[in-house]
Amino acid sequence: MAVVVILVLLAVGSVLFHLLSPWWWTPIASNWNYIDNTLIITFWITGVVFVAVVLFMAYCVLRFRHRPGNRAAYEPENRKLEGWLAGGTTLGVAAMLTPGLFVWHQFVTVPSGAAEVEVVGQQWLWSFRLPGADGKLGTSETRDVTPENSLGLNRNDAAALDDVIIEGGELHLEVGKPVKILLRSVDVLHDFYVPEFRAKMDMVPGMVTYFWLTPTRTGTFEVLCAELCGTGHPQMRGTVVVDNAADYQTWLSSQQTFSQMMAATETKQTAQAENAAAAQ
Amino acid sequence: MVDIRSGTGEPIGPAEVEDVELYHPHSWWTRYVFSQDAKIIAIQYASTAIAIGMVALVLSWLMRLQLGFPGAFAFIDADRYYQFITMHGMIMVIYLLTALFLGGFGNYLIPLMLGARDMVFPYANMLSYWLYLLAVLVLVASFFAPGGPTGAGWTLYPPQAVLSGTPGGKDWGIILMLSSLILFIIGFTMGGLNYVVTVLQGRARGMTLMRMPLTVWGIFTATVMALLAFPALFVACVMMLFDRVLGTSFFMPAIVEMGEQLQHGGGSPILFQHLFWFFGHPEVYIVALPAFGIVSDLISTHARKNIFGYRMMVWAIVIIGALSFIVWAHHMYVSGMNPYFGFFFATTTLIIAVPTAIKVYNWVLTLWRGDIHLTLPMLFALAFIVTFVNGGLTGLFLGNVVVDVPLSDTMFVVAHFHMVMGVAPILVIFGAIYHWYPKITGRMLNGLMGHLHFWVTFIGAYLIFFPMHYLGLIGVPRRYYEMGETAFVPASAHTLNEFITIMVLVVGAAQIIFLFNLVWSIRHGREAGGNPWRATTLEWQTPETPPRHGNWGKELPVVYRWAYDYSVPGAPEDFIPQNQPGSAGLAPEGAS
Ligand code: HEM
Ligand SMILES: [Cu+2]
Ligand SMILES: [Cu+2]
Repeated sequence: MAVVVILVLLAVGSVLFHLLSPWWWTPIASNWNYIDNTLIITFWITGVVFVAVVLFMAYCVLRFRHRPGNRAAYEPENRKLEGWLAGGTTLGVAAMLTPGLFVWHQFVTVPSGAAEVEVVGQQWLWSFRLPGADGKLGTSETRDVTPENSLGLNRNDAAALDDVIIEGGELHLEVGKPVKILLRSVDVLHDFYVPEFRAKMDMVPGMVTYFWLTPTRTGTFEVLCAELCGTGHPQMRGTVVVDNAADYQTWLSSQQTFSQMMAATETKQTAQAENAAAAQ
Repeated sequence: MVDIRSGTGEPIGPAEVEDVELYHPHSWWTRYVFSQDAKIIAIQYASTAIAIGMVALVLSWLMRLQLGFPGAFAFIDADRYYQFITMHGMIMVIYLLTALFLGGFGNYLIPLMLGARDMVFPYANMLSYWLYLLAVLVLVASFFAPGGPTGAGWTLYPPQAVLSGTPGGKDWGIILMLSSLILFIIGFTMGGLNYVVTVLQGRARGMTLMRMPLTVWGIFTATVMALLAFPALFVACVMMLFDRVLGTSFFMPAIVEMGEQLQHGGGSPILFQHLFWFFGHPEVYIVALPAFGIVSDLISTHARKNIFGYRMMVWAIVIIGALSFIVWAHHMYVSGMNPYFGFFFATTTLIIAVPTAIKVYNWVLTLWRGDIHLTLPMLFALAFIVTFVNGGLTGLFLGNVVVDVPLSDTMFVVAHFHMVMGVAPILVIFGAIYHWYPKITGRMLNGLMGHLHFWVTFIGAYLIFFPMHYLGLIGVPRRYYEMGETAFVPASAHTLNEFITIMVLVVGAAQIIFLFNLVWSIRHGREAGGNPWRATTLEWQTPETPPRHGNWGKELPVVYRWAYDYSVPGAPEDFIPQNQPGSAGLAPEGAS
């Protein structure tokens, strides 16, 4: 009897926990509410199956548990029943897979007008790059990374010179504008993860990965690294701010470009060299 | 191979196998240490696996202490935490579950259930164990090596696994880990070939493939899969070892490590992930299929009813085994591989759900109109179904590519795989031990301790891992040494973490009762007799309990029927052993 009670409690308890517990996803801040919907459909279908199986077991234990004189039935197969169950399961699976693949198609199809933003990971810091006035990100190479040029931009590429670079600071995005996030790493795997955006993707040294989203509300969101990248993995945090158009422009105009950055380091270096010469 | 139909065929004389075919031990050393008897090797495998499994268990306590009470234990720093995670995961999956199911149960049950005297290559079987032990020792050595064991996560993803930001990356940790895996695979291959050949060639007369107990089907299919899957891990380990030691660049692109350009270039980190998961996904089923097989036999025996849909069960095992080789990239949806792969792998992954669901239906339909004895093996089998169904269903979330995107790499994944391939198979292992211990030792395990162990483990494990899904849903990532201050994680989530940690310690304590029971009952358990569960399969029909070397005395058994003649109408008893001639029993055609 204890078995029956526990099984029923377990099924009912799991459902109640799901409905009543305070733990649920963070309010969404991107267009990926399709993902949330697919997740909800999956919760419903799987929840029904789980409860049905566990309650069926509880009933069997209650009804068919051993009593003196009992004898089990002898029924090796039941083709028809097995056929129905397999068919029903296939339908249930299709009901989850179809919307899933539909949404995945959206997920992998970047809208043509999407702005491009680059996120670069390194142990254990996020950096960002936005295209400059030309609207294009310049080329880059891990081999070109130096202490002054920590993102490895190509100095000979005109498109790179006007790129806006944010090292270890905040990334701002404009609300309502689709954006393709290009991901790059100069050392190990990382993963750009903002729970409110739902989307995430690994960053892999040696290649550029991407995903896209449209931020749907303004606010400040935390960036986490979701791929183990060494001891500092949990400390690898960043910030994304979703702005309205005006705030976004103000922020953008106050950022430093690649050529400004190079010039600044050059002046610093010359100054240092002069100081050194003067000291002698 | 002869197919003997029950009742209709000519009486077949028992096959006599001369004793000289077996190498009988001449000394204590060759009997108990360098033994070639599959049953002794099984016990050696099992004891080693349980011993190293205890290490993994203790590591999980330490990890949970850190997660439940961050910073309260000064010696668990971030480096150690990652080393604990890595060793815990690797030990549990490879050195405990794989070794215990295949090396332990496989060795003990295959010859006995098939009516063979031993494995066909006893010497290779012995070597298999000693290589396994060596692999375990190399693994243990990494705890004492300078820099400690690797902290790269059990997936050992490069480049991080061989760089200095990861514990053991530039020290001995990763080298010893890879070496240990290589040894394990060599050892496993010797054992695995043995199991396969024994199943194909060593069956008693009348034991057709479609009369084999599902336990053997599960172990057999899992072994074939392991023989196909482990080579991928093997080459991945060798290549990574080369990258680390010889400076090759199989998995290493151009890298700037902490501001310094490395010599590597041109390699692909994703290549490793493909190799790893080409092994890693089948590995899930290498652990699950033996569990499926064993639990089918437990349910059938203790519900006194034939397993429902035997042929469907066999085909489901084989189909799951085959399909599991074309789903590996569902672990890589957000790895940066070509996103269009997602369509293919999501579809194959969800298709696997169908044969898997059929297995679940057939288990619960076996209970229907059964005569359910709530023995400990039955209780564990019921607990397995609940846990497995729960974990299997959350697999539908993670397999459905787009739903995986928010959940991947969060605690949802941790909860999912612990349910489905951590707790569920372990529950089967417990059930199986309560079931076969009487055959192995001649005595029953103590029931009171057994019930205590069962209830705490089942309910405790559910309470640990069920709520954990919701931490992942909030967005708590896995492999986080500490969450720190994170705006979207409510304070109540920390309370939940504390609760989980306390449950972990309670469940851990219950395992100590179990270990005590194992030792205590060898001497003090109730005498079991030869067939305490009144089961049909051959291992319960041996002339002696525990069976001697050679298993069967002078005459090998002859098999007349399938493994599931329980409660046959008109039969005097509610079970008919497989080696009992006669026409009663209505097993489906093909199975009879
Ligand atoms: C009650 C027993 C167990 C507890 C409390 C436990 C606990 C944990 C914890 C806390 C983690 C780290 C989660 C994270 O932050 O990423 C973990 C990881 C893991 N566990 Fe367990 N575990 C248990 C049993 C098992 C079993 C039986 C298996 C066998 C499959 C297993 C396999 C793994 C694996 C593969 C990982 C991933 C390691 C990694 O991220 O590299 N665990 N476990
Ligand atoms: Cu990270
Ligand atoms: Cu998988």
